[in-house]
Amino acid sequence: MVTDNKPSLVTINVDGVEHQVPAGANLVDALGKIGKEVPHYCYHPKLPVAGNCRMCLVELGSPMRDRATNELVMENGLPKIGWQPKPAIACATNVTPGLHVRLESPGVKACREGVTEMLLLNHPLDCPICDQAGECKLQEFSAEYGRGYSRYVDEKNAKPKKTRLGPRVTLDDERCILCSRCVRFSSEIAKDPVLGFVNRGSYNTLTCFPGRELDNNYSLNTVDICPVGALTSTDFRFKMRVWFLKQTPSIDTESSAGANTTVWSREGKIYRVTPRQNDAVNDTWMADSGRELFKSVDAPNRVNYATVKTAKATLEAALATADEVLSAGSLAIVGSSHMSVEEQRLLARLAKAKDASVYIPAHVGKGDGLLVSEDRTPNFRGALVTGLTDRAPVADLKALAADIDAGKVKSLLIVREDAAMLGLPASTLAKVRSVVLATHHNVTTAAAEVVLPALTVFERSGSFINCQFRLQSFAQAVPGPTGVLPDALVLARLAGADAATVWSELSANVATLTGLDGRLLPADGVQLDGAAFAAHKFPEGKLLKFAPVVLA
Amino acid sequence: MAIKVVERRPLTLAERTYLPQILAGLKVTWDNMVRPSVTLQYPEERPTIPKNYRGVPTLVMDPNGREKCVSCQLCEFVCPPKAIRITPGEISENATNAHVEKAPKEFEINMLRCIYCGLCQEVCPEEAIFLQSQYSLTGLTRESMVNNKVKLYELGGTLPDGHHKWDKKKEEAEKQAGGGH
Repeated sequence: MVTDNKPSLVTINVDGVEHQVPAGANLVDALGKIGKEVPHYCYHPKLPVAGNCRMCLVELGSPMRDRATNELVMENGLPKIGWQPKPAIACATNVTPGLHVRLESPGVKACREGVTEMLLLNHPLDCPICDQAGECKLQEFSAEYGRGYSRYVDEKNAKPKKTRLGPRVTLDDERCILCSRCVRFSSEIAKDPVLGFVNRGSYNTLTCFPGRELDNNYSLNTVDICPVGALTSTDFRFKMRVWFLKQTPSIDTESSAGANTTVWSREGKIYRVTPRQNDAVNDTWMADSGRELFKSVDAPNRVNYATVKTAKATLEAALATADEVLSAGSLAIVGSSHMSVEEQRLLARLAKAKDASVYIPAHVGKGDGLLVSEDRTPNFRGALVTGLTDRAPVADLKALAADIDAGKVKSLLIVREDAAMLGLPASTLAKVRSVVLATHHNVTTAAAEVVLPALTVFERSGSFINCQFRLQSFAQAVPGPTGVLPDALVLARLAGADAATVWSELSANVATLTGLDGRLLPADGVQLDGAAFAAHKFPEGKLLKFAPVVLA
Repeated sequence: MAIKVVERRPLTLAERTYLPQILAGLKVTWDNMVRPSVTLQYPEERPTIPKNYRGVPTLVMDPNGREKCVSCQLCEFVCPPKAIRITPGEISENATNAHVEKAPKEFEINMLRCIYCGLCQEVCPEEAIFLQSQYSLTGLTRESMVNNKVKLYELGGTLPDGHHKWDKKKEEAEKQAGGGH
């Protein structure tokens, strides 16, 4: 019985102007919401407050009250404000009614300038070779509050420039401003406390505990949250300056957790994948394993063109042969939870039209309780919602292989699955006429009669439904191989349907998706009602933002 | 309309002989004959190029022979006709300039695109790219008009360096490693 989801608002006064902000909110967040940036390094909305960088110092005050009568003290007809004698850090302050904040006073400016000068004392100022340049908080605030030259006459402290913290993270100690975000992330979020500070004063250095390394599957998040260029991704190091990179919203396909991601690409080449904030799914984190997936785009075994009986064919000719194969009678379809909602719907319509039996293979791994779930596919819920299947995914395709051996299946359509790895050997595959839609060459594509090229998640757009039944869309970041059509268009052609109208059809015919259009989703997705599928047994255990429904 | 007759001054004897005029003309001819020639026998002879001339952009080394470019790609970013293309790379740990960490793996300037504006020189934080005195660049193919890293260093040569920024940094680090301040 929730009637009002909005948090109650309180009034605070910022530089003489009153603003309404959520009660109890952190002052940095609250001021951010009303468009006032409080410079900060160590504060991160998803981490515990440390308050050690001192950059967010502001002047605070509140209306004075008479101690005897508890009445407001008035001055010139206005409440008199009692300003605290010293500045306080905004990140450790929660908003209270009547709080007065000064962000632009000379005192606050002096604080920021002082902190900036102190942080730059031993900073190497090697922005030209620093990967963080362009997205560096220290660089931004130095431009705003730095003095442009150094008064420091002593020698700068030299620290190790290239420390290997783990298999994926390299540390440049000279750039570190000791904000401790990475330390807090490792202990609080990744639950793998391996980072700490040693030595004192200006010799203070970030390091791993003796005999340990930063090798957990969330280590690259420390690189993302590092406000300076101290922690760098070994993979992305010195590859490309960030200002050249185009950001495309996408979804991590490694598991059904469906972490939101940003794909950074330039001129058709992907350079890195970082998490995108979605408080309902992944906060601001993602697993390291999901950041490697883009490398499959340039894999040498990519399917770049259609083949008919292993000979290169035009897409038109291959589709014509595929039509013929699919009409050869008693069709079986191996669908996939790697397909998007749109593709699954088109495949479901094809299956219905051809009266085909549909197999969805399961890909189950070990979950980590955070953002890698047990179901290692992004979209099994989509297969349920779109009506592609109504059963749990099959562990292997041995039943299908038996049907083929028994002659019950004459033709086969395999989409985005390597059937040979799932108990359907090439020898069995050779007994039927088969069409395979695949992104990469494997044993299955080698044995198939028709191979149609497919696009990776980075090269096409669509939507997935994650384990929370949250519908989230991903956009095309880079163009696919020349002449390769999006999977949805290929499947629409095979199904004799129109890919452009798939969402109006879904919206009209699928109760769960009524009124939705996957191309017009908000950035953080739409929560669907999964009640209709509550009887299914899903493999996922507890995740960062997901708890399995316990059936009574 | 009334006609007004203008009286002409009669010519003097000297004018009537015409000799002074001929001599004056001969003096002009003579002066030009003995003046140093301004014509350059281009391309055998080349003009002196002023110091601030904006010629072909080049990459330079510092007096120690270290390549100065660290592939920060600011010139690539600022280049209005997008003539510059840099592939950044890491310096191997065994190299003499390993302390700089980063250097271009490949550096290409497409001289068919370059407009000689000099913004790359202006933006360079390492003083590594200079538009020097080279003004004539020809080629028979489009590819030959793209200057690669080798060509750019060939054209650029070595220029004096007032900072030695990275070498100083290395010296300081070595000094501290050997026993602190």
